[in-house]
Amino acid sequence: MSRALAFLTRRKGGDAWDWTDVFTFLWLGSAVFIMFGPALWLVLSSFKSPAQLAEFPPTLLPYEAQTVVVEGFDRPLPLFSVTDEAGTRTLAEVRRVGTVAQMVDPENPGEVQRVNIANRTPVREVGFSWGNYLDPFLRFDFLNYTKNSIFVTGVATLITLLTNSMAAFALSKYEFRGRGFVVVLIIATLMIPLSVILVPLYSIVSGVGLINSLWGVILPTVATPTGVFLLRQYMLTIPDELLEAARMDHASEWQIYWRIVLPLTAPALAVLAIFSVVWRWNDFLWPLIVLSRQEVYTLQVGLNAYAGELNVQWHYLLAMTVITMIPVVLVFIFLQRFITAGIAGTGLK
Amino acid sequence: MKKTMIVLALGASLMATTALAGDVRLMWYSDGVEGEVMKDLVARFNADNPGINLILDEVAYKVVQEQLQIQLEAGSGPDIARVTNIKTLAPHWLDLTPHLSDAEYWRTNFGAHADWMREDGSDAITGFMTQLTLTGGFANSTLFEQAGVALPGEGATWDDWVNAADQVAKSQGTAAAFAIDRSGHRISGPNVSYGANYIGADGLPAPVDEGTKAFAEKLVNWVEGGQMLRDTWVAASGSTYRAAADDFINAAIPFYYSGSWQIANLSTKIGDGFDWVATGSPCGTAGCSGLAGGAALVAVKYTQNAEEVAKVMEYFAREDIVKEFSERTLFLPAHAGVAAAGNLNWQTEDDNVKAALDAYVAAAAETLPAADALPAWKWASPVYGALVNRISQVMAGELTLEDAYARIDQDIAEQVAAAQ
Amino acid sequence: MTGVKGMLGAVVTAPLVALARVLEVPLRLWQRLTGQGGMVAFFLLPNMAIFTLFVLLPLVINIAYSMTTGAALFLPERTYVGAAQYERLLRCTDYTNLMTCQEDQFWIALRNTGTFVVLQVTLLIVAATITALILNRALRALSFWRAVFFFPVLLSPVVVGLIWRWILDRNGVLNAALVGMGMDPVNWLLERNYAFSAAIGVTIWAHLGFFALILLAGLQAIPRDLYEAAEMDGTKPARVFWRITLPLLMPNMLVVIVLALIRAVQVFDEAYVLTGGGPGTATLFLTQYIYEVGFASLLKNPGLAAAASILMGGVLIVLTLLQLALGKRNERKGRLK
Repeated sequence: MSRALAFLTRRKGGDAWDWTDVFTFLWLGSAVFIMFGPALWLVLSSFKSPAQLAEFPPTLLPYEAQTVVVEGFDRPLPLFSVTDEAGTRTLAEVRRVGTVAQMVDPENPGEVQRVNIANRTPVREVGFSWGNYLDPFLRFDFLNYTKNSIFVTGVATLITLLTNSMAAFALSKYEFRGRGFVVVLIIATLMIPLSVILVPLYSIVSGVGLINSLWGVILPTVATPTGVFLLRQYMLTIPDELLEAARMDHASEWQIYWRIVLPLTAPALAVLAIFSVVWRWNDFLWPLIVLSRQEVYTLQVGLNAYAGELNVQWHYLLAMTVITMIPVVLVFIFLQRFITAGIAGTGLK
Repeated sequence: MKKTMIVLALGASLMATTALAGDVRLMWYSDGVEGEVMKDLVARFNADNPGINLILDEVAYKVVQEQLQIQLEAGSGPDIARVTNIKTLAPHWLDLTPHLSDAEYWRTNFGAHADWMREDGSDAITGFMTQLTLTGGFANSTLFEQAGVALPGEGATWDDWVNAADQVAKSQGTAAAFAIDRSGHRISGPNVSYGANYIGADGLPAPVDEGTKAFAEKLVNWVEGGQMLRDTWVAASGSTYRAAADDFINAAIPFYYSGSWQIANLSTKIGDGFDWVATGSPCGTAGCSGLAGGAALVAVKYTQNAEEVAKVMEYFAREDIVKEFSERTLFLPAHAGVAAAGNLNWQTEDDNVKAALDAYVAAAAETLPAADALPAWKWASPVYGALVNRISQVMAGELTLEDAYARIDQDIAEQVAAAQ
Repeated sequence: MTGVKGMLGAVVTAPLVALARVLEVPLRLWQRLTGQGGMVAFFLLPNMAIFTLFVLLPLVINIAYSMTTGAALFLPERTYVGAAQYERLLRCTDYTNLMTCQEDQFWIALRNTGTFVVLQVTLLIVAATITALILNRALRALSFWRAVFFFPVLLSPVVVGLIWRWILDRNGVLNAALVGMGMDPVNWLLERNYAFSAAIGVTIWAHLGFFALILLAGLQAIPRDLYEAAEMDGTKPARVFWRITLPLLMPNMLVVIVLALIRAVQVFDEAYVLTGGGPGTATLFLTQYIYEVGFASLLKNPGLAAAASILMGGVLIVLTLLQLALGKRNERKGRLK
């Protein structure tokens, strides 16, 4: 406790509270709230029933209306807290006609009381709609979707790392005619959003026969200009003397690439790996176009079957979103250090 | 090495997705429970027809709306699809007539909507409507009762409804009096009620007429006056669809103009929260029209297995299957025989639902010819899009109504010119 | 921890290492036959082949699309119209009033995107710099704080847009909180300025961590003794920042600016889900315009969309080249030092 207090009240250098201390305190404090708050709320909402999701004001926690089994009634009756001239009490509702509710005391079910609905509020307790998570698994083949997602993410990341690092190596460590042109070309295409080239890209993928194949999702994404850009920036910092020394020792160019340059590029490769995993796992627009058969669905495509024309089944969509978030969060937790080290490198020249 | 092999083997197995003889792929989107019902029916079909392997591909509506067209133009796509944009894509549908065992059954029971899903002048049988929809209103009768305002009766006009709802809103402190979904389709029934006719003498879109202007002006005034909920229309641009169902469910508006497809949704989410009734469409100067629509199950002409496709279509078009599907999904059936028999056993415990479904069946008789022509008119969607896009700009204060009318005409003309 | 990490690493690298070993002998032969030039070709080939087929070719096809019209989606069936699509996009009767342009919404989208880019990138960089400076203050539990800021980067843009729409909606969490505190609810997504600010704020929220980390890495590479020397001289903190920190941070800052600009110009998913371009057309951005015209509407117009995207691409390439030139100049300055 005292340690925590010491941590919280730690200040820059001296004893006086510097304005920067106050500012740091405020900035970090509000960050926890603003950064984590929305995600926490998403997770809590994923446990709400459809009716509760539409409710205003929204509640923080998921609630379920309480019911009670009353003698003489077949189905459980909803419980309400009633406040009127006769005082405050808990009653079970038998039926509602217009603005008047017919209610009974669960202890004394014989006598029916008439209550204006403005005077009653439902009795609720925290309760989780686990069905949001379970139903989709019973209805869809999410196991297969997960397998497809893992395949796409894994293979795309491997190919990305390999081809991008090879190209970055060539573009950073060799002088040849047209190098500048290739670099500019790659950086220029960095900026083209996918949504802009959808139709031509579809005709190409369909031309090479990759519609409804997972390779049709993988291949168009692996030649990411971003990856080549990041890796090249990093490789430029590796001194050429290292390469020269290896050449003296009769290392082949391929050996120089994979035994010397790649290990030195590891932090940047880790960054690219993590981004590739996050991007490919979250990819949505493109897989939706290429994959229209359920056996090749990825998770993101599969869970979108809940988005209809006129209604979206948010409760399922939210729950499945939370599920699909778990792997990327895990990847991040495990590889956090790598990311920071790697990003550190890419920016440095 | 071993791992590489595993990865490669996995890859090879995943690539093998070529169609087998006897495979029929059905692309289906869901707004509610119909996906589950369909899944059940597909399982039964497969059990009864060992020679055919019917595969249900459940997709997002976005796929049907945006991507299916690209697939079809590339000569690929599913064998059967559930589609709403059936007229524009009509050249891609398969004429089932030669493959059907009883074409007459289809003409009798689904003939009324056959034009919606075939090219002008054709007499092909390309599919059938999985459900009919009709635009119409819903009122929160509990709020009306609490406010002591009577529900406007038969023949009440749009102004009557909005004024009554406004009284309720003022007395009960709700966010607004009413809302209409942000969609050109939704305001077209009311437009027609005020005398609009979108279709010119040459079959191409006519310039914005007095009927459309009359209702558009009302809409804009209602937004300005605070009677119509601002959010739905103003908080989006382009032709983005936005529904106001959640506001009705939260009792934030006493009156809501949407359509029959909302019934199941309202029932689930409102539960016992309050009583609600379907009101049909309020009246204008020319009538009290809603607008029909719906989704169709159509066969695609690029299929390799036309015979099997016809078998599947015949199964889902069977009277007992249509009846069961409608009863379980709470959709209005498009099958003339089922509709005429009228003994549908809606599978719900909610009394509001049964009354609402019956109200919609009754309101279907009120639609005007100018509205009935729209589902079978291939230029309807650009007109809907332009209406939403520009009228919401007026509501946001970016355009005047006069400018908006000119823009709507120009937008439509350009789209038609580009697409011809 | 390390065990799991090691395992993950092995799973990822094992196939690559095996492949690399197998290739050693044939590639030595190839190098002997073709020399260094052959090796360069070998290194470039896989990436450039995929890049050409799936990135460059669609772009070239897009140029062809921009000169056609018609209802057909695929190029061979479309009609050649020359520069008509560009003309339609660019024609205005009065260039001082966007409403007189034939494609008024293209111009509105252009204006909105321009404003958005300037404001968002500036604020994002200021916020990222502050965050990096704070995280650089030898905090305890640094990895926790890093995670706090980095975590939204992991979410898919659609999810980001959705979460925030539910927060800012009239019926959203924020308004519930305001009402709970006895204040009037605000229609965040219905007022032009609020909605535009929301689009800026949410995109900053989503990307802040990524850029702050790049800057933090740069800060940590600045030698401590520089600061100590400054402190000995009694230099004011503000002066230390402008004279030492910022100049030494410049290489990282440039990467941040390039990437932030690119992301800002491409803004789509988050904003589209959040505001849908509204209220009115207040947050209609170029990518949304292109998407609606060319893809989302039932009568797709790929010709017009392609023309708009080519114009957008042209602006982007000019921007990039400008930045590259700036970077080069900086590099030269660095070398002189």
